[in-house]
Parts: sequence; structure tokens; C-alpha cells
Amino acid sequence: MIRLDNLTKIFDTPDGTITAADHISMEVPAGEICVLLGPSGCGKTTTLKMINRIIPATSGRVFIDGQDTTAMDTVDLRRNIGYVIQQIGLFPNMTIEENISVVPRLLGWQPERYKARAKELLDMVALDPATFLKRYPNELSGGQQQRVGVIRALAADPPVMLMDEPFGAIDPINREVIQDEFLKMQAELNKTIMFVSHDIDEAVKMGDKIAIFRTGKLEQYASPDDILAHPASDFIAGFVGSDRTLKRLQLVTAAQVMGPVPTFVTPQQSLSEALAIMERFEHRSITLANERREPIGIITRDIAWNHQGLCGEHYEGLHGIARQSDDLRTVVAQMFTADSSWLPVVDASGRLVGDITQRGITHHLGATYRAKG
Amino acid sequence: MLAQQMRRYLYYGMLLLIFLFGVWAERSGFLEEMLEYEEDVVYLVVEHLKLTAVSGGLAVLIGVPLGIVLSRPRFSHVAENAMQVLNIGTTVPTLALLALSMSLLGIGNSPAILGLLVATLLPIVRNTYTGLLSVPVHLKEAASGMGMLPRQMLWQVELPNALYVIMAGIRTALAINVGTAPLAFLIGGTSLGELIFTGIAVDEQAMMLAGAIPTALLAVTVDFVLGALTFVLVSKGVNPLRQRPAH
Repeated sequence: MIRLDNLTKIFDTPDGTITAADHISMEVPAGEICVLLGPSGCGKTTTLKMINRIIPATSGRVFIDGQDTTAMDTVDLRRNIGYVIQQIGLFPNMTIEENISVVPRLLGWQPERYKARAKELLDMVALDPATFLKRYPNELSGGQQQRVGVIRALAADPPVMLMDEPFGAIDPINREVIQDEFLKMQAELNKTIMFVSHDIDEAVKMGDKIAIFRTGKLEQYASPDDILAHPASDFIAGFVGSDRTLKRLQLVTAAQVMGPVPTFVTPQQSLSEALAIMERFEHRSITLANERREPIGIITRDIAWNHQGLCGEHYEGLHGIARQSDDLRTVVAQMFTADSSWLPVVDASGRLVGDITQRGITHHLGATYRAKG
Repeated sequence: MLAQQMRRYLYYGMLLLIFLFGVWAERSGFLEEMLEYEEDVVYLVVEHLKLTAVSGGLAVLIGVPLGIVLSRPRFSHVAENAMQVLNIGTTVPTLALLALSMSLLGIGNSPAILGLLVATLLPIVRNTYTGLLSVPVHLKEAASGMGMLPRQMLWQVELPNALYVIMAGIRTALAINVGTAPLAFLIGGTSLGELIFTGIAVDEQAMMLAGAIPTALLAVTVDFVLGALTFVLVSKGVNPLRQRPAH
């Protein structure tokens, strides 16, 4: 848990004082990622760096796991906070192993312990320890360096991590991959993380909560869906973009929106039965599933009308399949590609568990606006 | 490609010239004449090296810590001024430096050591200072953000990353030192200058070369040794001499 209490930073410059962070109060619950978001110069990085005192606070307090850090020794405090910076900051004179072991060595761990830890961490990000332990940072690609930067911060298993645009220097394709890897790691590690970003898409993807800053003030602190659906001010609405409702799509999975009871027919049923079901539910088409309930095709009203016999003898190929775990952005993209207003949804083993319709999606996204009136 | 080829031709050309000089020296009896000074040469080479080792060693022992101190943030306001003062050491001709040093310490090895020390201090301080300052800010931020003490940061991050530049400074300084040490003869210091200057004075070419050639060889050797030292001491990760391409 990280709690900021009226954290303030005032810089004295020749042109007068500048308030870089103005009475910031917020709390990040244990195990959550909070993304500090805003345009450059908004105070998000200043706020982050006041937590580990890279920038000393003018006033205000920081609590970590309920403990006031004001009285703590700066060096102790920092050794117990994982810190990842945008430039990665691997020490080029040290091997990867030495880089990962920096904080454990500072904490006085025995060599066998920190060496084992370095191996374990490299394994965690799928970098082969045999290959990478003895390499130097300049022998690694940007993405590999970034992974090492993150596991170096995790080396002493700190409960809290501060990440200053950690994936900012990586090309978009690798960034997606590393973000996904990191989320998977976080699902197991449950660190409390403050994460600075200037990219709304990254914030929506990574954050359990998003804190939006503007000119040193915390403008809104809420869940990504809340921020996108109910921006507190015109500034935030402008910052998150006019397509913010579309961004909400990636926050919802197909499982949350699909109709729970799938309507489907089996190959042994007759086309007239299929037509009857479609008419009952006012569907224009229906999924055809085999005996293991795996979708294998669809029957349209056209087919049912114009043919006689069993469903297994007359059907069209599937337009697409959504997995339960897919986010709605992926699902909608599939619908648009296939020019289809609905898709069957399958679970991890490929069995039909529901169907998802465009109406269902718009209904789900609209629910929050209706609730707020 | 072309540069590489040119360098190879130059290299062979040099070898050929040296070989031809050797042939000529042997044929004309010049070599024999030079070898007459063998005893002096051996003695003077040792003395020359002593002079260089003491003055150069002191320059390193003073210059590196001084560069470190000047690079610390709390001395940033005096650093450039201090550097200007040291600059005088290189701006004033070495001969004048030696003369000044003599007027201070009289005649003998001590004023020679002081003069050489002053003349070679600047490259060491300057390279230590700029080397440390050019360690990227984000590395220092990462180091302090991870909880390193200033002392740990200096030894584990700053010095290792600046070492290549520092070594280059020491290399330059010692090359100057070895090359200037013959002048020490003029103020009573013992060095190969004794053969060179006496050779010039009595118009004895063999004597002069018996001093000049070992001086040149010493300079090359010292440079080579320091190059090898740089190769070994500077971490592979930041050593341009040992770079493997990233992939």
C-alpha cells in the first residue's frame, strides 16, 4: 500500500516559485498498479520521485504499508523500493548478473543467494541464464535490456515498485509484448506499483487505477473505465481522447458481455428445427456445434428456408470465434472484419459457452451512462 | 577499407625504413660507435624511468583524486577555475616550467620531478574530471534510486564507467612525461637527456642517437604497457577496445 498525504513540491527558480506538485493525496491499495498520467510538466514524475526522495518533498508525507516514511533513512527506504527508469539505467560496466544483484549486494546477501536469485529472475522473463548472466548490457537488444531493468528492480523482492515510463524507449511492437509479460508477472507477484506514463492506451492497459495530473494537481483518480466513461473535466475528456468509449472496449472481456446461454443446433437436427429456433429468438443465423459443443459453422435463415434436410448437410463456415478471455476490442475487430453482428464465444478448451452481439456490447458500454443519468 | 590498406602500407614502409637504417648503421660502423655508450645507456634508461615513474606516479596519485574531488557536485562552482589554473601547467613551455622549478628547488632530481609533475598533471585531472562528469545522469539516478551511498556509487558506477577516459589521460600524461624527461638534464636531473644534449654539444651524432633512440623506444613501450593495462582494467562492457557488436 502506498499513501500520499498532501505531498507538495515547490521549486525555486530565478523567475519565481513553481509548484510542481500541489497537495497530492492518494492511496494505492496493495497489489494494484496505479498509473500516473498526464502531459509533460504536469507533476506526475515529480510526485513519483518524491516517494523515493530522488526529489525531496517540500511538504507532505508518504506512507508505505501504513508506515510513515518521513522518519526512515533515505538509503534504507530506497533499497526497499524497486525503481525502474525510462532510460533503463543498466550499469554498462557490470554483467547482467552483477546488475541484477546490485540491491541484494547492498543489502548484504550471501553470493550464493543473490546468484540463485539472478538466475531465477532471468528464467521468469524467459531469458536463458546460461546465455545472459555473463553478458554485458550492450550485448542485449533494447527489449532484453528493459526486461533486465524490470527484474533488477524486483531482485530484493520489494513490496513496492516505482516505474518511470519504463516501457517508453521500446518500439511499439515489443512494448506490447513486454507490457503483457509484465502484467502476467504482476498477477503472480502482486506488487504495489506506481507507474508513470504519458500514453493513455498504456495507462488503460496497465492500470488498476489511473491518476490524471495537470499543472501539479491531481485532477482525477479513478479506475480506467470510470476515467474513460466519466472524465471529471473537459481537460481530462480532451486528454483521454474523443474515442474514449472505444478505448473502454479493451477493459471488458467477452465473458462479461456474452449471452450466457448459447443457442445452437447440432448436425443431426433438421433445418426446420433450426429455423424455428431462429424465429423464436429473432436471430438471423445460428451456430452449428458438434457433439463436443465446438462450433463448426453457422446456419442462416436463407439456408434454412431454401434447403431441406439436416443442419449437418447445409451450413456455412464460421465468420469468426471469440474466446471468453478476448477483450471487446479484439471481438469488435473480428465482427467488423467478418461483417457480422454476432460471434459465438468459446472457452479455453474450444467449447461453445455463449454468443456475443453488437447490441450486447453497446448495451454494456452504455450501462454506466444510464446509471449516472 | 582504404584507410586500413593505407595503414598497412605505412606499417610496412616504416618497417622497411627501420631495416634500412639498421643496415646503414651497421655498414657505416655507426652501430659500433653507439654501442660504445651501452653502459651509459643502460644506467640512464633506469634513471630516466625512475624520474618518469616518480613524477608520473605522483601525478597520477594527485591528479586522479583531484579530478574526483572536482567532479563532486559541491565543488562544481570552483571546478572550472581550478582547471584553468592547472591549464597553466600545459600552456607554459615545459622548459620554462623546469627553469621555474629549478629556481624553487635548486639543481638535481627534485626540481626535475616537480617540473615534470606539473607538466603532466593536467591531462590526468582533466580526463578524470570530464570522464566522471560524462557518466550519464540516468545511471547516477538509477544508482542512488536503488539505494547506493555516494561512495558506493563512485566505486561501483562512476569510476568503472569513466575508467577508459581516465586511462587515456594517464596514457597521454606519461607519454608527455617520458618525452619531456630528457630536458631534466638541463636542471641537473639524470635522464637520457645527458647523452642527447652532450651529443649535440660535442657534435657527436652517435652519442646523441644513443640517447634519442632509447627515449623513443621508452615512449613507445610505456604507451604500449598502458594500452595493455587499459585493455585489462576497463570492464568489457564499456571498453571500446573489446567491443562485440550488439545483436
